[in-house]
Amino acid sequence: MNAPSDQKTFRLVGTRPIRPDGIEKVTGKAIYGPDFVAPGMLHGAVLRSPHPHARIRGIDTRRAEALAGVKAVVTGADFPGGAEGTVAGGETPTDLKYASIKCMARDKVFFEGHAVAAVAATSAAVAEEALKLIAVDYEVLPHVTDIEEALRPGGPILHDDVFTQGLAETPTTPSNASLRFAMTRGDAEQALGAAVEVYTGRFTLQPVHQGYIEPHACVASWQADGQGQIWCSTQGHFSVRAMTAGILGMSIASIRVMPLEIGGGFGGKTTVYLEPVAMLLSRKAGRPVRLAMQRGDIFRASGPAPGAVIDIRLGALADGTLSGADIEFKYNGGGLPGAYEVYSGVMSTLSCYRVPDANVVGWNVLTNMPTVHAYRAPGAPQTYFAVECAIDELARRLGIDPIDMRLRNVLRPGDTDGRGMTLGAIGYAETLEATKAHPHYAAPLGPNQGRGIACGSWGNYGGPSTAAVSLAEDGSILVTEGNPDIGGSRAAMAMMAAETLGIAYEKVRVTVADTSSIGYSMGTGGSRTTFATGMAVVQAAEAVIEIMKQRAAQMLGADAAGIEWRDGAAVLGEQRLSIAEIAAKSGMTGGPISAEAAIHPGGFLPGFGAHICDLEIDPETGHTTVVRYTALQDVGRAIHPDYVEGQIQGGAVQGIGWALNEAYVYDREGHLDNAGFLDYRMPVASDMPMIEAVMIEVPNPDHPYGVKGVGETPIVPPLAAVANAVRDATGLRIGDLPLSPDRIYARLQAAE
Amino acid sequence: MSKLLVSTTVNGDAQEFLCDPGATLLEALREQLGLTGSKEGCGSGDCGACTVVLDGNMVCSCLVLAAEAEGRQVATIEGVAEGSMLHPVQQKFLEHGALQCGFCTPGFIVAAKALLDHNPAPSESEVRYWLAGNLCRCTGYDKIVRAVMDAAAQLRQERMPA
Ligand code: FES
Ligand code: FES
Repeated sequence: MNAPSDQKTFRLVGTRPIRPDGIEKVTGKAIYGPDFVAPGMLHGAVLRSPHPHARIRGIDTRRAEALAGVKAVVTGADFPGGAEGTVAGGETPTDLKYASIKCMARDKVFFEGHAVAAVAATSAAVAEEALKLIAVDYEVLPHVTDIEEALRPGGPILHDDVFTQGLAETPTTPSNASLRFAMTRGDAEQALGAAVEVYTGRFTLQPVHQGYIEPHACVASWQADGQGQIWCSTQGHFSVRAMTAGILGMSIASIRVMPLEIGGGFGGKTTVYLEPVAMLLSRKAGRPVRLAMQRGDIFRASGPAPGAVIDIRLGALADGTLSGADIEFKYNGGGLPGAYEVYSGVMSTLSCYRVPDANVVGWNVLTNMPTVHAYRAPGAPQTYFAVECAIDELARRLGIDPIDMRLRNVLRPGDTDGRGMTLGAIGYAETLEATKAHPHYAAPLGPNQGRGIACGSWGNYGGPSTAAVSLAEDGSILVTEGNPDIGGSRAAMAMMAAETLGIAYEKVRVTVADTSSIGYSMGTGGSRTTFATGMAVVQAAEAVIEIMKQRAAQMLGADAAGIEWRDGAAVLGEQRLSIAEIAAKSGMTGGPISAEAAIHPGGFLPGFGAHICDLEIDPETGHTTVVRYTALQDVGRAIHPDYVEGQIQGGAVQGIGWALNEAYVYDREGHLDNAGFLDYRMPVASDMPMIEAVMIEVPNPDHPYGVKGVGETPIVPPLAAVANAVRDATGLRIGDLPLSPDRIYARLQAAE
Repeated sequence: MSKLLVSTTVNGDAQEFLCDPGATLLEALREQLGLTGSKEGCGSGDCGACTVVLDGNMVCSCLVLAAEAEGRQVATIEGVAEGSMLHPVQQKFLEHGALQCGFCTPGFIVAAKALLDHNPAPSESEVRYWLAGNLCRCTGYDKIVRAVMDAAAQLRQERMPA
């Protein structure tokens, strides 16, 4: 199953030890965002707009302020104006102006659930009571939640000061189309004209939520000297610091952010919704303040992934070569500009295939729903859905096996991807060959069953990371890093440190440090942590080895150049000094031993996955059951295979949920109709079969242990894998997600 | 509105707390008793992160009033391990890598233990349906189901007469 192309063997890399934070997490001791309590803490609550689009004429907070137990009330008027610039917020930069408005509305609300005021009080009950006493004078405005309607002339315009970016001529009238971004190579029209087959289709997707189970929560504490502390669960506490500082006009170093354990994020926790509000409340009240979101608020007011309308024309030659593509997509960006999914959508649309002549245009369209935010491979699953369905249709028309069709077009080492990067040791073809050879692909199907194949890719990232490695007095090892552990990364860091140092995994303790205790680290996102922060850990460990060799040389009265590092010890001929011995004498050889690496590595490689989905459709109800699912992925090298497989399995199931069930449903009044887990139906255990994760290991030569990012790729293929399986089972090409029972049933009826 | 005094037993220990009449058991456990192992993912009975066992029955503690705990036995995630000895379900979650973020994990472990207390040999589909009230967004359930099946096998072995 795993065929590493280089046969380097490792002591620890590739094994499955128990994660260092595991026991805390299976016994209920781990402290997550909503669990943290500060002494003297007040309880905050946020008043949210019941209207999807309205002007705020005034807010009267006097009665709330007069309520016994209320210690502070804030509104948009308490936020400093003029927050501007951008902050690296994970996979995509964040515009501070809109980040600030997202935290608290100013003169307008742009979506149902938009925060308009907040209260801190001695109990949660008093805070809730106080919200009822705040009078907001709204002038309700016409709203729009649908992409096409938002572009219709004469409809409601959300922002008077937003003009479409990216047009040849700067427009003079404001528009809900906030951004156009295009990529052109060759001559798509000419290529499509010369193609033997052209598939033309329209695909639509609804917004879906990241669906992390832990609600957003934080405690903020402001002190009279202007220093602030924040305890929160986030994918990136350094960006919480920078965004809070930027929004509130504080200096970055005056805020210290303590990362708590994080209960899922998937990109959705790379921004701030609560922290600046809690900090303002704390500043007014002079006490720490907790703010937390309820599940309904999370659906209504935190970032989903954009819904989309995608038009595609994809052409192929008789041998299956994809010759030309013309793709135009519109993403539903939500209430505020600044979403970057259009950029990543354009760049990743054809990122794993050679299509010499292509024209890809993306639009960000503002509507009265929450501003979209990163969700696992942001911007890619939508366009891949269209492309992979189109390839499936072309393969059928040309009578070519769908895997062979992809093999004919897939990028190979030396090719250039959609971002213009020339790719080195990519394992796309290996992954496809393994998919074709997998027993699943040849297994017989039962009645009413169908099989779908689809691929997907994500560019991955490196990004800045800092890590420190130091020796304790007894020679045990401390690793300090700045990336919240969202799925087992402490284990991977400990394994890489122990592997490098030549010691036991158990000798290493990993701490995810606060923003004042380690240098800058970009957030846990972009499938970058094991790659970039892992590389920083390895480099710091190597630096520590160099120091230990020098110390050993002193102890042995020898030249450091003659000393070798072997199996956790300095070795000179027959003489051997262990880490413990070197540590014990460090006071006499120059003091404590530690080293830090602060890096911004390149050399990252994209991920590529191929999924096989078998499903069965009940013709009586249109209900779909996934009966077998196999997900193959080029993972570089898996440090801890359990957590690599886990990423693949979890991403696949999120994608299956997107394909089959999940969708934001707005009613005519612009209210979200399914703002809870009962009606926003994410997959549960009884919906799913086992998900076979197959790791294809084509190591990345630019990482000391061959790592490629794995987290995001697996959500890209499932949408089309499911839709192609429905096509196979029913003969129907349904381009609208979700493939819910009623939709399938209606199409089956219509086809009869 | 005056508070209610509730006397109950949590993980075998007698406990008393004051609560508002409308407070949920989950709030009382987390806020009054400092037992934050039970999580709130939804507050509406849809995610199972708050799962506890009340007089032998698995419940969502967000749907139970704190006052209803009066005179009853509550078992939470904090009582699943015996001292520092992990329960086999906990051990198998670790061995199988059945948690990523770990936020859903307490609810899953309490629910899985409740299943195995009733049914020592569940089939895969019995495990999946029993756990259908617990949401996990990270794992896709594969490793969770395997961990529970494996814990069941180990418990059967342990219980076998020597
Ligand atoms: S918090 Fe009780 S079921 Fe979700
Ligand atoms: S491990 Fe994150 S929700 Fe289950």
